[in-house]
Amino acid sequence: MLKLKSITPLGADEPRVDHFSGLTITEITGRALVSLTARNEQADVTRDKAWTLFGIDLPDVSVSVVGNTYSALWIGPESWMIDAPYDGHEDLADQVKTALGDAASVVEQTDGWCRFDLDGSAVTAVLERLCNADVARMQSGDVTRTQIHHLGCFLWHCDGGFAVIGPRSSAKSLHHGLTEAAQSVC
Amino acid sequence: MIINHPLLGPRDAQEFTYLGDASLISRPDAQDDNAAEKFHDYLYLRDNPAGLHRELWFHESGDRSWLVVTRNTVTHEITDVQLARDVARKEGRSK
Repeated sequence: MLKLKSITPLGADEPRVDHFSGLTITEITGRALVSLTARNEQADVTRDKAWTLFGIDLPDVSVSVVGNTYSALWIGPESWMIDAPYDGHEDLADQVKTALGDAASVVEQTDGWCRFDLDGSAVTAVLERLCNADVARMQSGDVTRTQIHHLGCFLWHCDGGFAVIGPRSSAKSLHHGLTEAAQSVC
Repeated sequence: MIINHPLLGPRDAQEFTYLGDASLISRPDAQDDNAAEKFHDYLYLRDNPAGLHRELWFHESGDRSWLVVTRNTVTHEITDVQLARDVARKEGRSK
């Protein structure tokens, strides 16, 4: 029998944690992601069915909604990213597609992205060197997509810090960009 | 250059990619009698104005929406930005 072992986006057995003075960068694994896009003239149906399945209202432009299990991030016109714990939601895309049917297009996103959580007093100073987003004015729950280190990343203000969700295939480049900026600030 | 996104507000042009003339939305009907001629014009003929130009931009590093941007090609001043979806729907092209 094959003994397969999953690795993190940075290629290690355990998620990476980098400590700086005033900033901690934590590689986050264990989140399941799917994108959800309402089909033509199906936005209201999608919202109703999403409420039934997730127990949350799909959010408006540039904000997120965090529920007990599921979170939803606005990623585009009538398009959202659904976030849930991977454990127990390994088949999240199937669950969502079964519930929403033809009202929406659902795409598995879990292994397409890597996530780094940034916490600490220097987080704003670091992020404003990395991207165009107006980080200082972002409120808790705000989410936007912006370029970090030439990579299109979601920047999500949650739990008092920021989550940077970027393309998994460029995880090391993104991590390098984040740590380089952190070293120059902290 | 700053593009004033209808949903997200002012965004730097580096987040966008440029496709071309906004008339690309108006794809001819392949069932028309003179479809070949219309497709020839659609594919090969473009106005190249020194002045206001309607063009398609893709918010690649943002919300992935297509925009119709009205830009002055002489001054780069942008006078109007709309979601391409809304423009297409006004032309009855979303069905």
